[in-house]
Amino acid sequence: MLTSDISTPRTLEIRGLSVCATRRGHHIDLVRNLSLTLNTGEILALVGASGSGKSMTCAGAQGVLPPGVISPHGHVLVDGVHLAPRALRGRLVSTVLQNPRSAFNPVRTMFDHACEVRRVAAASPAGDKTAVREAFLEVGLEDADTVMDLYPFEMSGGMLQRVMIALAILSGAPFIFADEPTTDLDLIVQARILDLLSGLVARRGLGMLLVTHDMGVVARLATRVAVMEAGQIVEEAPVADIFHAPRHPATRALVAAHLKLYEGAIA
Amino acid sequence: MTPLLSARGLTKSYRRQSLLRSHPPRQVLSEINLDIEPGESLAILGRSGSGKSTLIRQLLGLEKPSAGSVHFEGRDLRQLSQAERKEFRRAVQMVFQDSIGAVNPRHKVGRIIAEPLRHLTSLTSEQQKARVAELLSSVGIDPADASKFPGQMSGGQLQRVCIARALATDPRLLVLDEAVSNLDILLQGEIIDLIHTLRQKTGMAVIFITHDLRLVRLLCERVVVLKAGQMVEMSPVDDRLDLTSQEGRALQDAVLPATPR
Amino acid sequence: MTDKTLSSPIRDHGHHGSTWRRLPLVLALTVVVVLLSAALFAPWIAPQDPNLVSLADRLKGPSAAHWLGTDHLGRDILSRLIYGTRMSLGSVILCIALILAIAIPLGGAAGFIGGRLDQGLMRLCDGMMTFPTVVLALFLIGALGTGLVNVIIAIAISHFPFYARMVRSVVMNLRSKDYVLAARVCGAGRTRLFIDHFLPSIAAQMVVLASLDVGHMMLHVSGLSFLGLGVETPTAEWGVMISDARQFVFSQPMLIVLPGLCLLFSVMAANILGDALRDRLDPNNQTGHHH
Repeated sequence: MLTSDISTPRTLEIRGLSVCATRRGHHIDLVRNLSLTLNTGEILALVGASGSGKSMTCAGAQGVLPPGVISPHGHVLVDGVHLAPRALRGRLVSTVLQNPRSAFNPVRTMFDHACEVRRVAAASPAGDKTAVREAFLEVGLEDADTVMDLYPFEMSGGMLQRVMIALAILSGAPFIFADEPTTDLDLIVQARILDLLSGLVARRGLGMLLVTHDMGVVARLATRVAVMEAGQIVEEAPVADIFHAPRHPATRALVAAHLKLYEGAIA
Repeated sequence: MTPLLSARGLTKSYRRQSLLRSHPPRQVLSEINLDIEPGESLAILGRSGSGKSTLIRQLLGLEKPSAGSVHFEGRDLRQLSQAERKEFRRAVQMVFQDSIGAVNPRHKVGRIIAEPLRHLTSLTSEQQKARVAELLSSVGIDPADASKFPGQMSGGQLQRVCIARALATDPRLLVLDEAVSNLDILLQGEIIDLIHTLRQKTGMAVIFITHDLRLVRLLCERVVVLKAGQMVEMSPVDDRLDLTSQEGRALQDAVLPATPR
Repeated sequence: MTDKTLSSPIRDHGHHGSTWRRLPLVLALTVVVVLLSAALFAPWIAPQDPNLVSLADRLKGPSAAHWLGTDHLGRDILSRLIYGTRMSLGSVILCIALILAIAIPLGGAAGFIGGRLDQGLMRLCDGMMTFPTVVLALFLIGALGTGLVNVIIAIAISHFPFYARMVRSVVMNLRSKDYVLAARVCGAGRTRLFIDHFLPSIAAQMVVLASLDVGHMMLHVSGLSFLGLGVETPTAEWGVMISDARQFVFSQPMLIVLPGLCLLFSVMAANILGDALRDRLDPNNQTGHHH
């Protein structure tokens, strides 16, 4: 499945990443000298309150920052080799975004989107139909042939999110960056998408960086957790330790707020 | 006791038009009967597309139902006099899901919160200012922030501003349309506490629209489950909330685990 | 393959920029102030009577008496240019006032009420928009007769559909916004809703559209006057001046160049201001610097 010159990468390392916004001359640090390692086969959750810099870490590592935001330092290494962001995107790292509706081009069908991803992955157009059908079936879009001809406005948020995951599969990238993948979906759809993601990671041995603020999602999915506060990682531990033995105050606050939702409940 | 707000046989369908042909109308709500008693807290639970928001728009008189009626203290909304309509607006207020979209970006916070006061009360502008300051501090925002624009505040602060606006006329019923679930987890906790405190202080009734059963358990006494525009279940909420309808079970099963397994 | 930094280009918005980047805006503002004061104070500024014919002084170059020279009837060019500002600016301002008076009620009604009224009004607008504005204006002048007032009416009628459509789209867009629903929950009636929540957005859009159109309308007025359909010959107006100077294009090119430059600078200034206003009035562009 892999088309890159590196055969099966084992680790993706973000090293010394800084991201800052420049507003009217002065800089505001959003991410400060952050380093983390993502291994294939694991789901690393990046959690924190809103504004802690989780999404900016994700965007910064891929070189897709919004206007007015720059990343003065930092590099990404895959199996110890420096790679430019352009070489990562769509080849080694695929993305699943929060708002699927705005992530699709409204005047192109799902099949067009899938083909575009396959071109980036340098797959031949001949196998397009079969490969896309397979990927759509894998993410639970049972009526794959119909879905291929649909436009974004004809689909629900949950379906679009499935297609986005199918596109991640099609890219053949060994790493997925998922930025709040289920925040805009209702709980039932969320549960299904989470099942799908965890199945995928297990089956294909992918490495997933999961950005979220929902500790329920973390509890369901993550193997390891990195907690962010004010642009820095303040605690990094296996998921069980984060919930049962949180050390940093930021982690404790998150876990406490989360558990409060379950007060008096038999969950 | 007369219910504060009640729906009788409430049905809503939207006509869809395209250039060449007309589609059959799509029914989004069918035959809803619902009473909201003074002081109670009711949850309307359902997944997206179940008709929750449509139901609320009918209950608040923002859209005309296709059939059936909504009654405010026993009087049909369509037959309210001008004065009664004002009374209805004062008594029933709402907080929207997307706080950023629910405030006019061109208006300052003070003006946003004073909007219901301007339209629905006879307070002088001095009295309005004082009331705004009082409301802001009651939702935990510095009254000096009244002179800020929405663009200068965070999402969580804006949601508090929206709550302050909804509380301005001392409503007897506050409708919260997914007003908590999209905030980040720390803010969720803060807003939940805030609503708890407000209810204890004022005894107002609350309608909570959500897809998240955890919030129902925390905040509500009664839950109504909607599916495809129909009411499929109505149950009291207690510690061991067990929904019986298929839809209710599905929503309950979708609740994520509190801790990793 | 190795890339030391992951950077994206720094983009900045116009009004935060350096003095250098603001230069066009400053120049545009200067031009507008000069034009406005020329129009308002023409009788005091102009060195001579713009219509004073002095055949002895015809087609003179610049001199102490006539700074920019004289035309084929010996009239002072500078004075004619200054009085011409009155005509150009005045007619454009009237045009825009007329357009807004038609477009805001029509577009507002179409967006607010919708349904058949909307369909009908918008098809009418679409129909009118299919003609180039000049052609439509010429047709209307044919029907109404020549003269400055008719030219203004013709320009207003040929332009209002663009404005009406814009008003309608703003109204339609805002109508479904949560804050408009919230205002209704707060008890705002239709009139209050329109004044408090719709009009400011409409006004912002109109100001931008109008300022981008000012230059274009000036050209219309001058163009139609050039063709002899608008302002009558003895009156000082840039288009008329260019028209009058045609016969002397080789002997006295300045006669054409000077009013031409006036047109060019005012059109450019209007467009630059329009752009700047658009950036300024967009509420999404203003975070964290209010007074």
